[in-house]
Amino acid sequence: MGLGIETRHRLAKRAAEEIKTGMVVNLGIGIPSLVPNHLPEDIKVMFHAENGIVGMGPSPNSGDEDENLCNAGGFPVTLNSGGSYCDSSIAFGIIRSGRIDLTILGSLQVSQSGDLANWIVPGKKVPGMGGAMELAQKAKKVIVLMNHCDKNGSPKIVEKCTLPLTSSGTVNMIVTELAVFQVTEAGLILTEIFPPFELETVRSKTEAVFQVSKNIRRIAY
Amino acid sequence: MENPFNKVTTLDQVLDFFHDGMTLMFGGFGGVGSPPGLIGGILEKKVKHLKLIGNDTGFPDIGIGKLVSNGRVDNVIASHIGSNPIAGRLMHEGKLDVEFSPQGILVERIRAGGVGLPGILSDIGTDNEIVAKDKPLVELNGKKYLVETALTAEVSIVYAKKADEYGNLIYDKSARNTNPLVAMAGKITIAEVEEIVSLGSLSPEEIITPGVFVDYVIPSKGVNWKWAWE
Repeated sequence: MGLGIETRHRLAKRAAEEIKTGMVVNLGIGIPSLVPNHLPEDIKVMFHAENGIVGMGPSPNSGDEDENLCNAGGFPVTLNSGGSYCDSSIAFGIIRSGRIDLTILGSLQVSQSGDLANWIVPGKKVPGMGGAMELAQKAKKVIVLMNHCDKNGSPKIVEKCTLPLTSSGTVNMIVTELAVFQVTEAGLILTEIFPPFELETVRSKTEAVFQVSKNIRRIAY
Repeated sequence: MENPFNKVTTLDQVLDFFHDGMTLMFGGFGGVGSPPGLIGGILEKKVKHLKLIGNDTGFPDIGIGKLVSNGRVDNVIASHIGSNPIAGRLMHEGKLDVEFSPQGILVERIRAGGVGLPGILSDIGTDNEIVAKDKPLVELNGKKYLVETALTAEVSIVYAKKADEYGNLIYDKSARNTNPLVAMAGKITIAEVEEIVSLGSLSPEEIITPGVFVDYVIPSKGVNWKWAWE
């Protein structure tokens, strides 16, 4: 939404750095679905899908789609070796019992204490929560990939979410086209910046109160 | 000798079970794994005022979405309606009542209904005013949980890859999704299947839904919609 394809891939690439061999990872729709493109070949993970796949592989080539092998968004995928199918209650059993190491989601707003608001705009857009509440509440690590501001230019990283919450205090890391923030017990910390943006730009477009890391990383891609 | 367990019948025969105002539970996730022939039959029979229970409202022309788009549905319990903008419009116009349930909790409520439990305890959305609305909170081992009620339906419709004459079911890849749960929660369960095989030809180790949960089996003619990615 609003971000060019190169920028979207930059966000996905940064999130991919957080993925380590052996993890079970769930990806949301939108920018998070680009993350596997940036995973080094020697990193082996199991991608989980809420409908009932563990070990989901990339999209098939055009013409090889199987209508009965789709991700949670209803789009064709493949199965990697070692992968399996299960029913949706098992897929969510995996989530609720804490077996998802990392989930990467989009969001409408995130607060400085890690509250996530990504399921409803009252009176405008009410798509439903799907599996977002369970994923945000139960995954060991939650990364949000999103635009820094909404389409009206309002900051999406806020002191307190104005939209109804999906979950409270569950986001660990936020990646936008401008910067990377860590949500810690000591508060929100700006740790990385995507050049050519500068700290002043990030400050002017962020409503939340945040600290700035002493060793700020300027991401080289 | 005739097989006394034969549940195989036709679409026409099972259409008698669908009537105005009924509660209908359906298998499928984003349309994948929803039974196209049964949905088409319900649509043609002009059944209306349906109360639907299922994961989502599909896409406007895919899966259960067709019934919603054609104004045949009054109520739906689902986790998501975002892929069917018509459902969202009808909800805002006050023509469709939607109860949202977190996806995994919804399917667990369906499972509870199918396995004879009155409800489940959940810590998902305990502090969320929309999810927690009107639900009792109980304390167990020092933690608070929402009581989420079990769900059942007059009729459950599911889609499977293979059935034998007793209704033992095997599913197809991710089209399994909510089907095994939905299959258990119907007072009457009808399975639409790609292939019907004789009793004894499915490996007992492979059967996902034991036929004891299935009342009728009908052959599928395949999907009659175009997928969103096509």
